[in-house]
Amino acid sequence: MSDVAAPLRRWSYASVGDKIADIVLTRPARWPWLAGFAASFAGTLALFGAIAWLFIKGVGIFGINIPVAWGFAIANFVWWIGIGHAGTFISAILLLLRQKWRTSINRFAEAMTLFAAGIAGLFPILHLGRPWFFYWLAPYPNVMELWPQWRSALVWDIFAISTYLIVSLLFWYAGLIPDLATLRDRATSRVKQLLYGLFALGWRGEARHWARHESAYLLLAGLATPLVVSVHSVVSLDFAICIVPGYHSTIFPPYFVAGALFSGFAMVLTLAIPMRHFFGLEDFITLRHLENSAKVLLACGWVVAYGYFIETFTAWYSGDPYEIAMAQDRLTGFYAPAYWFLLACNVLVPQLFWWRRARRSVWLLFAISIVVNLGMWTERAVIVIQSMHRDFMPSSWGLFIPTVWDWTILLGSIAFFAFLFLLFLRFLPAISISEMRELVHEEKAQ
Amino acid sequence: MSSYGVLAEFRDAEGLLAAARRARAAGHRRVEAYSPYPVEGLAEAVGFRRNWVPAIVFVAGLLGGLGGYFMQWYSAVLSYPINSGGKPLHSWPEFIPVTFEMTILAGAVVGFLGMLLLNGLPRLYHPVFNVPEFDLASRNRFFLCLRDVAPEDARRFLGTLAPLAIWEVPR
Repeated sequence: MSDVAAPLRRWSYASVGDKIADIVLTRPARWPWLAGFAASFAGTLALFGAIAWLFIKGVGIFGINIPVAWGFAIANFVWWIGIGHAGTFISAILLLLRQKWRTSINRFAEAMTLFAAGIAGLFPILHLGRPWFFYWLAPYPNVMELWPQWRSALVWDIFAISTYLIVSLLFWYAGLIPDLATLRDRATSRVKQLLYGLFALGWRGEARHWARHESAYLLLAGLATPLVVSVHSVVSLDFAICIVPGYHSTIFPPYFVAGALFSGFAMVLTLAIPMRHFFGLEDFITLRHLENSAKVLLACGWVVAYGYFIETFTAWYSGDPYEIAMAQDRLTGFYAPAYWFLLACNVLVPQLFWWRRARRSVWLLFAISIVVNLGMWTERAVIVIQSMHRDFMPSSWGLFIPTVWDWTILLGSIAFFAFLFLLFLRFLPAISISEMRELVHEEKAQ
Repeated sequence: MSSYGVLAEFRDAEGLLAAARRARAAGHRRVEAYSPYPVEGLAEAVGFRRNWVPAIVFVAGLLGGLGGYFMQWYSAVLSYPINSGGKPLHSWPEFIPVTFEMTILAGAVVGFLGMLLLNGLPRLYHPVFNVPEFDLASRNRFFLCLRDVAPEDARRFLGTLAPLAIWEVPR
């Protein structure tokens, strides 16, 4: 703990707040940010162009058909929602466990969660044959006198995702209010004063307000904690409830949640490393933060590896010819290169983190985080696609080959995520100012 | 012109906490304290007693869960009974995920809105903002506001607490 906060001894309440606030208020946009912004904006336009084409032509522009009716869109959905897990895990669970080191990474991890979960939420809608009827999944009074089918995992899904989005948004915004007040009081231009002032809701830091704020924040964390575990469990039930070999597996909920944390922490590293480098935040996001994240990656990687093992073991142990055929196809069939690739990315490469030097080498961490992101996306794609391309009847076997639209929407969604995150960096404090002040205070008291 | 109260500025949290305790001990009832981050024990020092936030979150979560379950039971058993895979109409294990989500959703939304409402927010205008130096309350200064005595008496009392400065807050 003291190791994490040690560089903070150089900072005071004023300077720590000014440093973070000035990234937003006074720092001019420099070329790395501008270049990233331009590239991600172009990708975002490509995404929206592809979505427009999708709405005009229908899901036939994707490589999906029978038997592989779920393609990249569903794999992207599972991947993005997984990435959206680390933010709430860091914010809520580590808050409850009183892990103070989380303070400087929770705000941007929450923003990451929000953007990732929002993008994830788009995909099931994009994947609907008639996306304009997506609201039929919600229970609302309607003249058709119909209700949603409560026994369907897809209905659980819409409740889980929308609850997760709303609760993550509230949690993030509740933490932001005091910081928005800081920005309001520090901004010099009228427009910024007005906008930050509006969103700060008139926060003035009164002691009673802080007391209620703190208990509400803690309770939101308490409520978000089981939610984190539930969201990806529900997503995994979309698969596990089906009888398709490769989907129908009881290991899925914990295995999906571990995979979600795994990819989420990888994304935290992918974002944190350039951010601390370009904005000079090395005193706040220290090597110790990166090292702890690497340890979480190593641990989650082993849970994921256990999931891979148990899936294959269960297929063999069940004695069910379809399960065994599916497992064999995964290891040797058409999509086998993807499976071996994901094993290398998710199981083999993270083992480097057993070495302290690897955990403390910033650029190696960055490289491995990208590898894990790639590996986790491949895992989602293999589960979704490979399981379906061979089911019970050889006459109904078929292949899925992604089209240019599959790739455009996948890469476009990554660009859109980067676009939102870059805007967040410029307009909102990426590190919680009031919580950093508390940390500075405690560090001084020692 | 009537004034809202008298504001004293302090350098650190310990100074503010000591001042707030002395003000309460001296019999002042309407005391407000402002700080750039939550200071432990400050709310109690200025006379904050009952924190209703946990109670309303509990009640809202309970009602959300019960309401969510009732909605599913009502729709699946009474309003729109449909045979799905031979399962009973009231197949309660499959109603659990939505019940759980509704519990969390109601608790979180009501907790957040309740916190704002109890705090009297949003309130974009407030008399303390009339003091220009109050901008520092969100940066590195700590303020105590006395509201229940005449400005002259408040000034005299606050002067004994060794503040950095004292201002009268105009309404």
